[in-house]
Amino acid sequence: MDYWRLNKRMVKLKEALESCQEEYFLPGNSCCAGCGLELALRWAIKALGPNTALVTPASCLNVVVGLWPKTAPNFPFTNMAFAAGAAAATGMSAAFKAKAYRFPGKGWDEITAITFAGDGGTADIGIQGLSGAAERNSDQIYVCYDNEAYMNTGIQRSSSTPHGAWTSTTTKGKDRFKKNLPAIMTAHDIPYVATCSISEPLDLYNKFKKAKSINGCKYIHILAPCPPGWGLESSESIEIARLAVKTGSWILYEVENGIMNLSKASRSLLDTSKRAPLIDYLSRQKRFANISEKDLIELQEYLDHTWKRLEADLLCQDQYPK
Amino acid sequence: MVEAQEDFVQKRETIIIKGNEAAAYAAKSARVQVISAYPITPQTTVVEKLSEFVDNGEMPGTQYIKVESEHSVFASVIGASKAGTRTFTATSGQGIFYAHEMIHWAAGARLPIVVAIASRGPAPPWNIWADFTDVLSQRDTGWMSAFCATHQEIYDEILMSYKVCEDHDILLPKFVAYGGFILSHTSKPVIIEDQDLVDSFLPSLPSEEGWPHIWMDPKRPMMFGNLIMPSSFYLEFRLKIQNAFIRVKEKIKKVTKEFEKIFGRNYGNGLVQEYKMNNVDVGVIIYGDLALQMEQAVDELRDQGYKVGMVKLRHFRPFPTEDIIEVAKKVKLLGVIDRATAFGSQTGGPVSCEVKTALHETQETAKVLPIINGLGGREVTLEQQKNQLKALIKFNETGEIPKDTIHGTLWDGLLEVE
Ligand SMILES: Cc1ncc(C[n+]2csc(CCOP(=O)(O)OP(=O)(O)O)c2C)c(N)n1
Ligand code: SF4
Ligand SMILES: [Mg+2]
Repeated sequence: MDYWRLNKRMVKLKEALESCQEEYFLPGNSCCAGCGLELALRWAIKALGPNTALVTPASCLNVVVGLWPKTAPNFPFTNMAFAAGAAAATGMSAAFKAKAYRFPGKGWDEITAITFAGDGGTADIGIQGLSGAAERNSDQIYVCYDNEAYMNTGIQRSSSTPHGAWTSTTTKGKDRFKKNLPAIMTAHDIPYVATCSISEPLDLYNKFKKAKSINGCKYIHILAPCPPGWGLESSESIEIARLAVKTGSWILYEVENGIMNLSKASRSLLDTSKRAPLIDYLSRQKRFANISEKDLIELQEYLDHTWKRLEADLLCQDQYPK
Repeated sequence: MVEAQEDFVQKRETIIIKGNEAAAYAAKSARVQVISAYPITPQTTVVEKLSEFVDNGEMPGTQYIKVESEHSVFASVIGASKAGTRTFTATSGQGIFYAHEMIHWAAGARLPIVVAIASRGPAPPWNIWADFTDVLSQRDTGWMSAFCATHQEIYDEILMSYKVCEDHDILLPKFVAYGGFILSHTSKPVIIEDQDLVDSFLPSLPSEEGWPHIWMDPKRPMMFGNLIMPSSFYLEFRLKIQNAFIRVKEKIKKVTKEFEKIFGRNYGNGLVQEYKMNNVDVGVIIYGDLALQMEQAVDELRDQGYKVGMVKLRHFRPFPTEDIIEVAKKVKLLGVIDRATAFGSQTGGPVSCEVKTALHETQETAKVLPIINGLGGREVTLEQQKNQLKALIKFNETGEIPKDTIHGTLWDGLLEVE
């Protein structure tokens, strides 16, 4: 890395660390120890700042924020029905615009509307509302924190649960593969799509900063391990999230106006030899403890195939008329 | 691109418009700030007319969200209302059923959202014509509901509703319902009122702080709707909604009076509107568009010397129990006419059931004859309505139940089916 780029990175790191001082998702919330969602939300709001109004549909987040009248978030926060996240944030964002018209110069149009939903609230019951909001280019950041199952109701499968994983409704391991929601959102031609992992907080921080600066619908999908749901020690979630990235199981990238860029932690993994063995990731999680050999092979093939396609897509993208 | 106006402009004028357009004009007169809508027959022309207003720059500042479903319609107006804006939408039948989850949500959050309903029959089989089962089936959601009998009443009732809903002692959402096609798609002269006059009647738009109980404001970070334990205030919050429903009856009466004073149109006491209910032997309680034609049936029978009268039920929620008890004192027999069903209830009709409940503990009161007619837009002729009144008269004289009642309810119009 040349000096200039190193310097730029250090500045960002410094800014991120300085903004760390301020907490917007306060201690005392009831997240399980080691909860990935908690880290995702803490870092996201650190990047966005408190001028943010958040909607969360039914999920763990609905509960961990505190039992009434206790509240852990230190910024405007509203709970919502399971399928209603994206549309409620659209309404909120429209209201801010209407208020900006009626009370000009008061900063109402500077508030970032954000939906923070689980994978079930995003990829399953909420996908219609999300797709509608994306197609309308609704001015909001839609965030999916992906713990790969319905955790709030006791670890049932979602369409985002990976192949082979145990859940309370896939007791022999899930037969289908994980739904590729970031790809679906990319297909909506919205201005910004990004994937994140809680193991890469600076990357996450920067992506949220960027999303805030863009008008229209932004989609950010964060891998957020869940110790009870995945069968981890509470001290392991960050490490596991990092392994998800290192093995290439979870790919970090951005799609800005249709152009995809692999993020730093995933870029080198185009070279197969740089990827950590998949088993390193799976063997640490109890949800894969009884995975069959067949499912294991299928998962490996799926991973290889995903990367081959990605490589082809990137090559193809290079040919796009500039 | 049309140049946006500086402000809402409306001179008092009488125009010949469809019922749906009257609803759209009312939303414009009320200066609604956020509209969200999804098309459904027979409501569609409401949202089309509003699009026209917004696209032509006649509603400056108003945000119009064209969502992908009614669940999102209600979710988005809920989001917008929470953030402190006056909101509007319109829907019908299947749209209401689809949004049912959010309909509960709006009431639980005490949001003063006003929604026009061009009522239609529930499917299957598919039906798009007048039937109030859609709005009546939302009975226990915590929404107020009003019925309109005329085109003018649609415009007027929407205005009155904003005033009632946004009262800080009330803060509840409300449906304003009218029969699909019968009112939604027919044209009549409607007076659209002067903007200044409407402004003087309505509360001003929500202040920058928004509503007193709910807001979305980074300067005052607050969380809404989080999980509440059984031992905590859930029960109390529900009681507060019920209390508001008790208070709102007086509020509706007050607003109806004020409306009459400013605009000169009378809607009884707001909850019910009596028609020729003096010196009567029998009467009917009726709601929606059928009430208008029933006035004529009453007139004609009165001319023939029969002592008949009618009561237009204007609100289903809050239910005007006290007024119904008073009305029932005036007659010996009271017909209650539903254009809706409540399957498995004691009468099969939602309003007749409610009337029976209201009279349950009253001694020396009228007998009730429940009548169901006009389901799914089935025509109810003037002749038929006169026959309903005649059946009541005969029943009253002989004490004999008309022979075509089913389970004690007269399913009128059934005999026309081959
Ligand atoms: C309409 C509706 N159906 C079902 C539920 C029950 N429910 C609440 S949260 C939840 C699962 C949420 O899963 P996800 O979105 O992945 O969030 P997580 O709990 O994993 O954080 C379910 C099924 C509900 N609240 N509403
Ligand atoms: S169950 Fe999982 S996602 Fe939910 S709070 Fe606990 S660790 Fe977090
Ligand atoms: Mg989940």
